[in-house]
Amino acid sequence: MAVSLLLVAAGGGLGGMLRVAVGNAVSRRLGVAFPWGTLAVNLSGSLMIGLLAGLLGPPLPGEVGSAWSLLAIGLLGGYTTVSTFSLQTLTLWQEGRPRMALANVLATLVPGLCAVAAGAWLAGGLT
Amino acid sequence: MIDWRAYGAVGAGSALGTSLRYQVSLALLALPGPWFPWATLAVNMLGSWLIALFAALAAARLQGRVARWQPFLVAGFCGGFTTFSLFGLELIQLLAESRLLAAFGYGLASLVLWLAAAWHGHGVGRRLAAS
Repeated sequence: MAVSLLLVAAGGGLGGMLRVAVGNAVSRRLGVAFPWGTLAVNLSGSLMIGLLAGLLGPPLPGEVGSAWSLLAIGLLGGYTTVSTFSLQTLTLWQEGRPRMALANVLATLVPGLCAVAAGAWLAGGLT
Repeated sequence: MIDWRAYGAVGAGSALGTSLRYQVSLALLALPGPWFPWATLAVNMLGSWLIALFAALAAARLQGRVARWQPFLVAGFCGGFTTFSLFGLELIQLLAESRLLAAFGYGLASLVLWLAAAWHGHGVGRRLAAS
């Protein structure tokens, strides 16, 4: 219990720093007119959690191993973010760019779910 | 350009937010009925509310405490507390279990609650900053 909390915290700290590093690198290349950085982080994290779930087997609620605590709940959970996505979507809307806000929602949700499914499929499926 | 001290603050905030998300998920495991990702729904909604509140406060007071602690509070805590990857995995798992209604409801409720929470949090932050 205490060990898994430590693993989750370590993964989460590392994942958060990686999120900022990747997000900044992507924004520098593609600009800040659209939240490319957050999109890149969320899509890559979705693909990786799908791969991980396929490799380790899907987690059963309440019975998760150390690898899942560190890598999925901690690292990928901390790497990806919903709060920044929500704030950036709201900001686009408030700036009078509703189509960009909608584009951000669609570009995050549809490819994000496809990336999870593709990752799981590549790693042998969820069963 | 973000310096190494800010990276440290992001890491510490994210470790804290992630730990708290994990505790919420353990606490909500005991809920009755078939499994549903209530915990992720709750943390993502709360985190969206909080980040918009922080953003409104920081924008109103550029030298204020929230603005100075932004790497820890926003990219760190809110970023680590919320998660998109686990949301996506849970939705795909519900689909894989053929719980189509639960999957659809989870996706729709998530999107609506995230954005509504951000909108509400932003308004609360602006009112707090003006008071």
